[in-house]
Amino acid sequence: MKNDVFVVADNVLSPIGKTTIENFDQLKKNISGVKKQHKPAISPRPFFASLFNEGDTNIEPGKTKFEQLLINSIADALQNSSIDPTDKNTILIISSTKGNISLLDTEEHTADLQKRIALSTSARIVAEHFGFINTPIIISNACISGVMGIITGMRLLRTGQYENAVVAGADVISSFILSGFESFQALSPQACRPFDKSRDGLNLGEGAATIILSTNEMHAGNIKVLGGSVSNDANHISGPSRTGQELSFAIDHSLKEAGLSTDDIDFISAHGTATPYNDEMEAKAINLSQLQSVPLNSLKGYYGHTLGAAGLIESIISIQSLKDGLLLPTPGYKESGVTQSVNVAADIKSIQAKNFLKTSSGFGGCNAAVIFGK
Amino acid sequence: MLAENHIIGSCVIERGTVFKDDSVLIENTGADLAEFLLSVYQHFPLNYPKFYKMDNLSKLGWLASEVLLKDSFQKDQYQPEEVGLVLANRNSSLDNDIKYFESAKDIASPSLFVYTLPNIVIGEICIRNNFKGEHGFYIQDQFDAGFIAGQVSYLLDNDILKACICGWVDVLDQEYKAALYLVEKNPADSSKPFSIKNINSIFETI
Repeated sequence: MKNDVFVVADNVLSPIGKTTIENFDQLKKNISGVKKQHKPAISPRPFFASLFNEGDTNIEPGKTKFEQLLINSIADALQNSSIDPTDKNTILIISSTKGNISLLDTEEHTADLQKRIALSTSARIVAEHFGFINTPIIISNACISGVMGIITGMRLLRTGQYENAVVAGADVISSFILSGFESFQALSPQACRPFDKSRDGLNLGEGAATIILSTNEMHAGNIKVLGGSVSNDANHISGPSRTGQELSFAIDHSLKEAGLSTDDIDFISAHGTATPYNDEMEAKAINLSQLQSVPLNSLKGYYGHTLGAAGLIESIISIQSLKDGLLLPTPGYKESGVTQSVNVAADIKSIQAKNFLKTSSGFGGCNAAVIFGK
Repeated sequence: MLAENHIIGSCVIERGTVFKDDSVLIENTGADLAEFLLSVYQHFPLNYPKFYKMDNLSKLGWLASEVLLKDSFQKDQYQPEEVGLVLANRNSSLDNDIKYFESAKDIASPSLFVYTLPNIVIGEICIRNNFKGEHGFYIQDQFDAGFIAGQVSYLLDNDILKACICGWVDVLDQEYKAALYLVEKNPADSSKPFSIKNINSIFETI
C-alpha cells in the first residue's frame, strides 16, 4: 500500500517570479519581494509586505484575483507535466486561509456575495477552467493549509484512490488580513528577521503555488514525498505551544513514516515567521527532535508569510534546493535569538542534500511536518 | 474497508434541537442562535468560562463535542496524540468574518480576528480535552460523507489515530448545523459500523 509518491511538476507564482525557476534564480541573487508598501486600500499606514503590483495579474472576467492566481499557477505546473486534469484518476486539492475574503472590502454584503466568497465557489471555478472531473478538496486549516494539502494528496495517492494530485494554494492580502495581524501586534515595522535576536514580527505576503504528485512509475527517479504528519498543541488558539513538544511529535512521526532517522535530514525549511513566539517554539521542537545541528532556513524574508500558500511555496523552493544542491539563506538573520540553538543558514551555500524537512504551524494550535527526498 | 471502524456515538444540533445518539436532549427552544447556544450550555450545565469568548461556530462545535463525548468516551484509555478531529463545513468562518469586518471599521479586535479561521473550533475542542493528534478542516459545498469516511478510516487504519471525532459544523447568521461522530476501532454497546450509509442517516436525523 505504501506507493511511492513522486513530485511531477511545480510552480511558484510570487511577486518576484512567475515560475519555480524564475523564483529560484531571483533567490540565488538574494532578491526579495518584501518591501515597504504604500497601499491605502490595504492600510492607511505604510507597511512591509511582499505584494503583487497592480496589473501583475490579468484577471479574466468572472474571476477574482485569488482564483486567477490559482489558475495561472496550476496552468504553468500542468504545462510542465503530462498529467491530464480531465482524467478521473486526477484530484485537485486547494489550500487557502482566506480565499476571496477581500470581496467584503469592495462588494455589497448580500446573500449572493456570501456564496461568491465561499471557497467551494472558487474551487468550482478553478476546476471548471481546467476540466477537472472530480470535486476538488478544499483545505482551510490556518497557516498549515499548504503543507496539509501535500499530506492529504500523498495519502489519497497512497491508498490508490487517485493516481495524480494537483495541490495548489493561494492567498491575497487585503485590509481584512492586514488589520487582523496588526491587531495582534504580529507585524514587523521592518523586513522580518526570522530566529534573530531582534526579530519583532512577521511580514505578510501574496503568492500562489502548485505541486503535482503522482504514483505513476513513469515518474520514478523524481523527488518523492516520503512522509507527513499533523498535530495540535491543545494549549492556546492564538499562541504556540510553550514546549514545542507537539510540533516535535509531528516531525518524529514524519521521520518514522519516511523510514528515515535524524541523520538522514540534510536541511530544514522552517516556518520561521519571525514572531518571537513562533520561532522560539520551533527551535524547541527541533531540539526535542534532535535536529538542532541540521542547517535550517526560513524563506519568510523573501516572500513574507503567504498564509495558505506558504507551505507549498517553501516546499517547492526547497525541492529546487535539493535538485541544485544549494541551500538558501535566511534573510534578516544575524544573531541567534532563540533559547535553544538551531543551525540557521545565514548565507547561501552548496550542500549535498538527499532529504529535507518542511515544518509549519498556525493559529488554532496546529502543526505540520512533511519530508521530501530523492 | 470502512466497516472495520465504529460510530460509538453521535450528536446532531440543528433547528433548536440537540440530538445525542437516538434521543432528543433539547427540543426547539425557538430562540435565536446566540441565545440557543447559551441555553444549551446552561442546560447541561457546563462550567467552562472560555465558552463565552468563542464565536458562534466554535460555540456550536464545542457544545456538540461536549454532548458527544459526555458518558460516551473514555479519554483516559488513549494518549493525547491518539485522538484527533476531521471536520468540514460550507461557510468556513464567514459568520465571524463579517463581524470582524464590521468591528475593524472602528478598531480591529484580536479576539474577533482569531476566530476568522474555521479550524479554531478544532483548537477549542483540543484545548478542552487535551487532544493532540491529527486534525484537518475541509470546506465542502455539501456534506461529503464519503470523503470524511475516507480521511478518518485512513487515520485509524494506519494507526495514526485510535479515536477520531469527525463531521460537520457550519454557521452563517441564523443558519446552523452540527453533526459530530465519535469513531473508534473497536465496537461498543449500541455502536454502528462506520459506513457512509450510517454517517448519512445520522446526518439526516432531524
